[in-house]
Amino acid sequence: MTRLAYYPGCTLKTKAKNFEDSTLATAEKLGIELVEPERWNCCGTVHSLSTDDVMHHLAPVRNLLRMEELRDAGKVDSRQVVTLCAMCYNTLKRSNTVFNTDSDRRKKIRDNMYKEEKEYSGNVEVVHYLETLREMGWDKVKEAVVKPLTGLKVAPYYGCLLLRPRGTGIDDTDNPTIMEDLLEALGAEAVGFAYSQKCCGSYNTVHMKDVVADLAYKILNHAAEEGAEMLITACPLCEYNLGPMQSEVEKKHPVFDSIPVVYFTQLMALAFGLGEEATAFTGNTPDPRPLLREKGLLEE
Amino acid sequence: MENNAEYVTIYVMGKKHEVPGDLTIMKAMEYAGHQFTRGAGCRGGFCGACATIYRKKGSYKLEGALACQKIVEDGMYIAQIPFSPAEKTTYELDELRPDANTMLEYYPELSRCLACNTCTKACPQDIMVMDYVQASLRGDIEQAAKLSFDCISCGLCAVRCPAEIVPYNVGQLARRLYAKYIDGPSQHVLDRVEEVEEGKYDEEITRLMKASKEELSELYNNREIDLK
Repeated sequence: MTRLAYYPGCTLKTKAKNFEDSTLATAEKLGIELVEPERWNCCGTVHSLSTDDVMHHLAPVRNLLRMEELRDAGKVDSRQVVTLCAMCYNTLKRSNTVFNTDSDRRKKIRDNMYKEEKEYSGNVEVVHYLETLREMGWDKVKEAVVKPLTGLKVAPYYGCLLLRPRGTGIDDTDNPTIMEDLLEALGAEAVGFAYSQKCCGSYNTVHMKDVVADLAYKILNHAAEEGAEMLITACPLCEYNLGPMQSEVEKKHPVFDSIPVVYFTQLMALAFGLGEEATAFTGNTPDPRPLLREKGLLEE
Repeated sequence: MENNAEYVTIYVMGKKHEVPGDLTIMKAMEYAGHQFTRGAGCRGGFCGACATIYRKKGSYKLEGALACQKIVEDGMYIAQIPFSPAEKTTYELDELRPDANTMLEYYPELSRCLACNTCTKACPQDIMVMDYVQASLRGDIEQAAKLSFDCISCGLCAVRCPAEIVPYNVGQLARRLYAKYIDGPSQHVLDRVEEVEEGKYDEEITRLMKASKEELSELYNNREIDLK
């Protein structure tokens, strides 16, 4: 077992429990122990776009300090911290970059970091679970597959935060392949589509449901037109806007067929044969299980 | 008043006083002639009525303390915060669910927390205030309840929070949710309630209610104190 520091994020403990459950199960299967620190706080959600943003870096940098404390305590084997939520990944990674490259802001962040016994050194590497898998090797993932997802056509939906800005993204900003590679290792068929990197509408979902419904309609329809039967995502907000928000899409666009959206880790758990608790499909709307049963990938 | 301690200089709302250096802020203020009509309660560090902020001469740090607990230091500039204006929402505990949505519904400003930890720095009880605010935000009601358990609602966290959260009310909601939905009723409390209802203590209560002030003083001063 390799022990890696793990930052869950608030949503993974509430609305996206299925993301966490499926991840922890697949990681264990791959010989990775994800170690959650006792103390952590909100990642900071959304990297500030203003230049006067020192306060917005306190939350992410404090989390990075918690990860460093885990390493100092000998509880993990690496300087990496694994994230799942694309938003948390993006926020933590960008703050880490600011901290390590901008000495002026680093000083201000440290000056306002109340009540910490030690200072953050900057020596933590923020990675996404997809990167952990790629680093480990797709052949290793393939070895863990007991039930290949043969015949399942899946559109990888990247959204914004996994890829942008350049330098923060986990893969090529314009032509990413990391999710396609994963799908191939799982035995599924990756379906490319033009809207795979289009924004889902993000927080507009709170007060401008219309905007999100239109974006979701385009994204989902384009994927379906290319032959996709479901989509995968790495972001709880994308999952919400593309999944449960399909009820809003249906209101606005009467000619629309619903299509399941799941976390990539749920398909991993399915292919690894880890059972219901690990796949956690009960947490998804619309329900992906009828399709998976139809495809012979899930027992009745 | 006789006192062998060395005298120190404190400033109460800007006015200079020489006071014995071994007094608490509260006693020092009384020594200097102040009479507390607000901002004093149990005098034992339990009630949270005597929240006080101070700066020491030559320091930029604004610090918080309970006046009845903190011993004066030379050069302290002291101001009391006997009341902190705070939004306290009302709710029917029976109709709630112990999760993040409930916390956010009643205290939506929770989501403005920046994790700056100013609240923790301000807390005279050494509670990890920011950590329980964050636990509330992610629906970890048990953690929020346990971390906030020693809170005495003095209000210092609330007046210092840049996100204008009132942590002590958040903690109180979390503890109520924890008690009702997660921890559940304690058997010893249920047993005691039954005893009360059966009238086990009626005789004793009646005796106390009829007792004279002298008898009550006698009983109080010689009471059994269970330190366990």
